[in-house]
Amino acid sequence: MKNRSLIVQRVSRWLAPFIFIYGLQVILYGHLSPGGGFPGGVILASAFILILLSRGKEEAGRRLPLSRAGRFDNTGALVFLAVGLLGLVLGGSFLVNFLQRLFPGRPFSLLSSGTIPINNLAIGLKIWGGIFLAVLFLSVLRVGGDPDRGLKTMEEE
Amino acid sequence: MSPVYLLVFVLFLVGVFGLLTRRNLIKLIISVAVIEAAVNLFLVLAGYRQGGIAPIMTEQHPEVEAFAARAVDPFPQAMVLTSIVIGLSLLALMVGISLRLYHIYGTYDLDEIRRAAREEGR
Amino acid sequence: MEALLTSLLVFMIIAAVVALATRELLSAVIALGAVGFGSSAVFLLLRAPDLAITQIVVEVIALVLLIRTTLHLSGRGIGEGPSGRRVRAAGLFCLAFLVSALFALPRLPRLGEPVMERIASAPSSFYLERGLELTGSANLVTAILLDFRAYDTLGEATIIFTAVLGALTLLRKKCLTSCPAGRELEEGER
Repeated sequence: MKNRSLIVQRVSRWLAPFIFIYGLQVILYGHLSPGGGFPGGVILASAFILILLSRGKEEAGRRLPLSRAGRFDNTGALVFLAVGLLGLVLGGSFLVNFLQRLFPGRPFSLLSSGTIPINNLAIGLKIWGGIFLAVLFLSVLRVGGDPDRGLKTMEEE
Repeated sequence: MSPVYLLVFVLFLVGVFGLLTRRNLIKLIISVAVIEAAVNLFLVLAGYRQGGIAPIMTEQHPEVEAFAARAVDPFPQAMVLTSIVIGLSLLALMVGISLRLYHIYGTYDLDEIRRAAREEGR
Repeated sequence: MEALLTSLLVFMIIAAVVALATRELLSAVIALGAVGFGSSAVFLLLRAPDLAITQIVVEVIALVLLIRTTLHLSGRGIGEGPSGRRVRAAGLFCLAFLVSALFALPRLPRLGEPVMERIASAPSSFYLERGLELTGSANLVTAILLDFRAYDTLGEATIIFTAVLGALTLLRKKCLTSCPAGRELEEGER
């Protein structure tokens, strides 16, 4: 991928952090405004997919290595499960919103609604890692070109 | 009777027709995506209220009764939200399978893949 | 409102037909994008902003994936259309479906009258009335997703995990060279 346009590279370099911040905002305000872990996670992934498309998989792999994306995926799932189990211990049933029962926050404020923001973050982390991993792997296999070369650069990372 | 439900059925049928007649892997993926869009639309339509508001409360209007009488049904929306993201991961899996087959056979055409597989078996 | 919905749906149907009828895969993928963005607009009209955001982002990533799989084929059409027998069988099935759908249509709730108003015990009314009090979440879609119906979300997370794992397994280098067909391919190349 030598002949990438300089303009595209520059613009995407400036754009990606803003997309990332927008994704974080969508996740963190998921219980107050439209959004939440699902769209937020996909937006976070799309910030890195923009880097992947405009500056190549080497650069994207350097920003978010495969192993770390996989760890994000696992961490999200485990945090969600841990919150559920904590609900079982503290609230009496699996996945119950125990924080809201113990410390009901003021409605319409950022720190309210108990476990929902935590779960939103966990889901966002999980979707981010999972979708980015899938797209990165699907873009490794060069269709119509030499498939082995693409794979080698990936596994050397 | 509103034509909207009928149009959603027609969209669903376009997807089913494609799934039954096309023999190209990418076309099959597109058919599945069309069916998904139709089903999601149908579920959300079932919860729509004429002149309703989005099921999101605001600090300016915290009256619950007035809100509950006007808001659209949030339940199908929540389920469709998961369905959309599942659709994306399903699409990633289908694209993975297609790329794998392309890597082996050099084509997306199912008939050609079947012919090549039969020749290999001999 | 309804006219707008109808015209958007007609647009989506046309885009879907184009996506399935065109001989060029890249145009088909782009027509699928029209279907996805159309459904995002319909979600916005139906007062579902969460869904509109999700659909638009998901559609972009889906387009990226599909365009990547078809880009190298650009300009090359796919083979001749399906055989007449197959089209006839599929058309017969679709006709039967449409006839039964026409029987079902009058029994569906009218557009604009949510199902939850017909059924007194529908959970949605409970969610709408007590959602803020019980969960403290102003966005009731999130409240249902992560509190009332968190089990569904857990299952959904499992599905995504499995699907991503499946895609990774299919495209591992080990699998690419160790599957019998892949090995034969490599030997044939040699």
